[in-house]
Amino acid sequence: MIAYFRSLAARFVRRRQTERDLEQELASHIDMRASELVRSGWNQASAKRQARIEFGSLERFKEECRDAIAGNFIDILLQDLRFASRILRKSPGFVAVAILTMAIGIGATTAIFSVVDATLLEPLPYPQSEQLVSIQDNFPGVGARDVGMSEPEWQDLQHSGVFEYVSPTWFDENNLTGASQPARVRLLIVAPNYFELLGVQPHLGRGFDPQDHSPGIIPEVVISDGLWKRAFGSDPNILSKSVRMDTDLYRIVGVMPAGFDAPGRTAEERNIEIWAATSFYGAPLSDHPPRNRRNLPTAIARLKPGLTIAAAQSRLDALVASLQKQFAADYPQQNGWTVRLVPLKERVVGNVRQSLVLLLGAVGLVLLIGCVNVANLLLARASTRGREMAIRRALGAAQARLTRQLLTESLLLSFIGGIAGLGILFLLKDFLLQLVPEHLPRLNEISISWSVLLFALVASVVSGILFGLAPALQAGRLDLNHALKQEGRVSTGSGERARMRRGLVITEFALSLVLMIAAGLLLHSFWDLVNVPLGFNPEKVISVRTRLPSPNDPKIDKYATAAQEAPFIRELIRRCAMLPNVQEVAIGDTASIPLDESLRELKLISEGQFLLTVEGHDTQSEHSSVVERSSVSPNYFHLLGIPLQRGRLFNESDNDNTPQVAIINQAMAQTYWPNKDALGKRFKSVKSGAPWITVVGVIANARTQSLVQEDVPQIYLDVYQTGVQRLAILLRGHLRAAAIADEVREQVQALDPTLPVSGAQTLNETVSASLAQRRFSMEMVGLFALTALLLAGLGIYGVISYLVSERTHEIGIRLALGASRANILRIVLRQGLGLAIVGAAVGLVCALIVSHLMASLLYGVRPTDPLTFAGVAFLFIGVALLACYLPARRAMKVDPMVALRYE
Amino acid sequence: MAREADLLPGTLDLLILKAVSLGPLHGYAVLSRIRQISGDTLFIEQGALYPALFRLVRQGLLKTEWGKSENNRRAKFYELTSKGRKRLREETDGWNRLVAAIASSLAAQPQEA
Repeated sequence: MIAYFRSLAARFVRRRQTERDLEQELASHIDMRASELVRSGWNQASAKRQARIEFGSLERFKEECRDAIAGNFIDILLQDLRFASRILRKSPGFVAVAILTMAIGIGATTAIFSVVDATLLEPLPYPQSEQLVSIQDNFPGVGARDVGMSEPEWQDLQHSGVFEYVSPTWFDENNLTGASQPARVRLLIVAPNYFELLGVQPHLGRGFDPQDHSPGIIPEVVISDGLWKRAFGSDPNILSKSVRMDTDLYRIVGVMPAGFDAPGRTAEERNIEIWAATSFYGAPLSDHPPRNRRNLPTAIARLKPGLTIAAAQSRLDALVASLQKQFAADYPQQNGWTVRLVPLKERVVGNVRQSLVLLLGAVGLVLLIGCVNVANLLLARASTRGREMAIRRALGAAQARLTRQLLTESLLLSFIGGIAGLGILFLLKDFLLQLVPEHLPRLNEISISWSVLLFALVASVVSGILFGLAPALQAGRLDLNHALKQEGRVSTGSGERARMRRGLVITEFALSLVLMIAAGLLLHSFWDLVNVPLGFNPEKVISVRTRLPSPNDPKIDKYATAAQEAPFIRELIRRCAMLPNVQEVAIGDTASIPLDESLRELKLISEGQFLLTVEGHDTQSEHSSVVERSSVSPNYFHLLGIPLQRGRLFNESDNDNTPQVAIINQAMAQTYWPNKDALGKRFKSVKSGAPWITVVGVIANARTQSLVQEDVPQIYLDVYQTGVQRLAILLRGHLRAAAIADEVREQVQALDPTLPVSGAQTLNETVSASLAQRRFSMEMVGLFALTALLLAGLGIYGVISYLVSERTHEIGIRLALGASRANILRIVLRQGLGLAIVGAAVGLVCALIVSHLMASLLYGVRPTDPLTFAGVAFLFIGVALLACYLPARRAMKVDPMVALRYE
Repeated sequence: MAREADLLPGTLDLLILKAVSLGPLHGYAVLSRIRQISGDTLFIEQGALYPALFRLVRQGLLKTEWGKSENNRRAKFYELTSKGRKRLREETDGWNRLVAAIASSLAAQPQEA
């Protein structure tokens, strides 16, 4: 071993010394032999000559000695690299194209991988995050999901022995006062064990005491690093300060580290600014919360160490079954209560997985097509380098050595391409991150990490081998005799090489067709969604939000009841209607903003979700008893242009003292009162003591809940009868969002200076934001597909050009024998089209498989949409025709005289 | 000229080890020693000696030192390492067994019927 390293050192460290010693040793051998010959009677000159002859080929033995020193393979590699770079420098055009192709392919693939790695592959940034789960309560019997849990159920789970900690999480907004402007903050109400559960502690101060079981809301909060910096100027003495939220006073006990995100599905849920803790009983909550009041919307938990999710789930199922038996009155049979454990990571990233995998697949295809293209270029070069290879073989280069040389060349190409791609990625990093839609979970975790660099390296090596393999193997099978006999510059590619190139073009076409069809289907879906009749008119409408406080002490709540709230709403509408350019005003809760996704989770939790019982119906087992609900002022329907179909709208006579009324949409009427007149029918919330609500009007269906679904049942209540906390002020007119926010703030704060005003957005922006994820997928896949199409076009162009130049002689003969130019054109085009059609056929079959896999990403388009398939196929044939026409024209212009003299 | 026999592949290393086992030698002397102990019957292409020497050095069977030759020239001397000595013993035993086996095979007489 030591000897080996000494030998290695001789090669690399003392290279010159070693070389000199070798020289001297061999020379001295020859000298010694010569002097011996002189002693035996030779004359000086011929002795020297004889000694050299006897020694044999000096250079060959020197080389063999060098080989015998350790580390020879490294030298050969360096030699190959030197040679490769010299060869590549000689054809800058080819090199530029190949490197650019690889840079785009590897750069784009690495970029997408960095997103996939950060979101899907990396564990959540909490210690032992694989033990973290999200708890989901469902009523499959009535089609209700995520119905939340009650306080007694939370206690049951904590004592089940399955979990180390269980914490309900209750996302809410709140009004933070005390700073220069009242601000809306994102609040998460949790159990005191929340931070222990996640395993993350504040970097300043402390978390909550996990043993704290005092009733009510604990008057302490932990704030986020962002809020600390923004609202408190990074005050180092923050821990002695207090904040007022909804007029209640809380002491700040901790500041979370920068970059800490709460686990959540939406950006709102993740960017929590304030955490408050409670044991979920005692004022302002109920002292003895009933088992059937599911007011804890979501919950997370940490499993006991070593317990798998499957094992925990089965123990939980047993617990649920026994609870249902024990408290039969609280768990109606038809609900079929279940509690599901979902890995927390799944909950956070689950709904973007499919889009990301699709993108990674798409970009991988682009890289593959790029490889095929470069392989094609290399094969074309191989045909002109045939003679070089043949001569090197004839001079004694081993076949393995030539193959290795060619592979070194391709690896060098793909490495330079990969480095260039990474370089571009580094330069464009900030720009690219802006393209990523904001809703993407774990956005701030995206980085060019070691695993991303490793991926780029592997991608480079694999691509280099992929595109280098075909030409290298080809060169290995060189027919020496044949190649050397070739007189011409171009050794007419063996039939095999031509076959290989045609195969590559077909592959390329098939792959890019798959991508184009995927992109076409996404585009078609998106187009349909953008053009779907909304059922309401979003033009010239702007929404602005505010929020009424609800202090923990109901006695100081100025807006405790609908009657107390009504004057404020009436006055605000009156004032806003008088603002310049405002034509119409309506006020509702935030659930009434059509297609608003920013608070989607929140809507499900506290506003939108409405568990109802319908008068005269015993069970609703045939359909969900959960209906979307929002509270609106009478003018809402006119402002949005949703037509009334039967009955009446809300009017001034509906108020806190009159019976509650509702307006429902047609889908609701058809679902709950099919073939009956819904007017005058009554329903009520399942909450105990809830009043009956009478249907007074039916409006047309509108896609206010989801662009994808037209007939979502919907209930509208009168805002003057319900009393809402989060208000959306909708204004119609020629308005600018930025200016109107300030004007509305002025009016709101003239009525109550403690109210925050936020989030001015045109309705068109809201609608467009609801399409953000689809738009992102579509744009990216579309971009990749266009790149693929371009590459495929170049590929077929290259092959046909090459075939034409190879057949110049033959074409000359044909022309000389009387073939018309049109004949020649037909021959060339037929050859190209043949390839394109075979490629398209293979591609169509693959696309059928892929499109079924992405069915859930589509809207309104079947995975076999004939329009998309036919359109893309025709586009492809068109591109192929164009790519073949250019070389075909050259073929037509062949001068038979020149062609026949050629070669 | 004496009849020369071609070397069997792999035997050159063994001969070198044997030649060097009697004391440090420079390259030319190794060759002369082999010629001398083999009674001038083995033909070795002179240059081919050196790649073999380098290989044995890399394997740690020989060590080298620069010194002065008998007529005061600077020369590289090869010397057996303890590992080389052990290898020489093993290879010699192996060779003897092989030769004995082949010789007895060749000496076998056809069985009389």
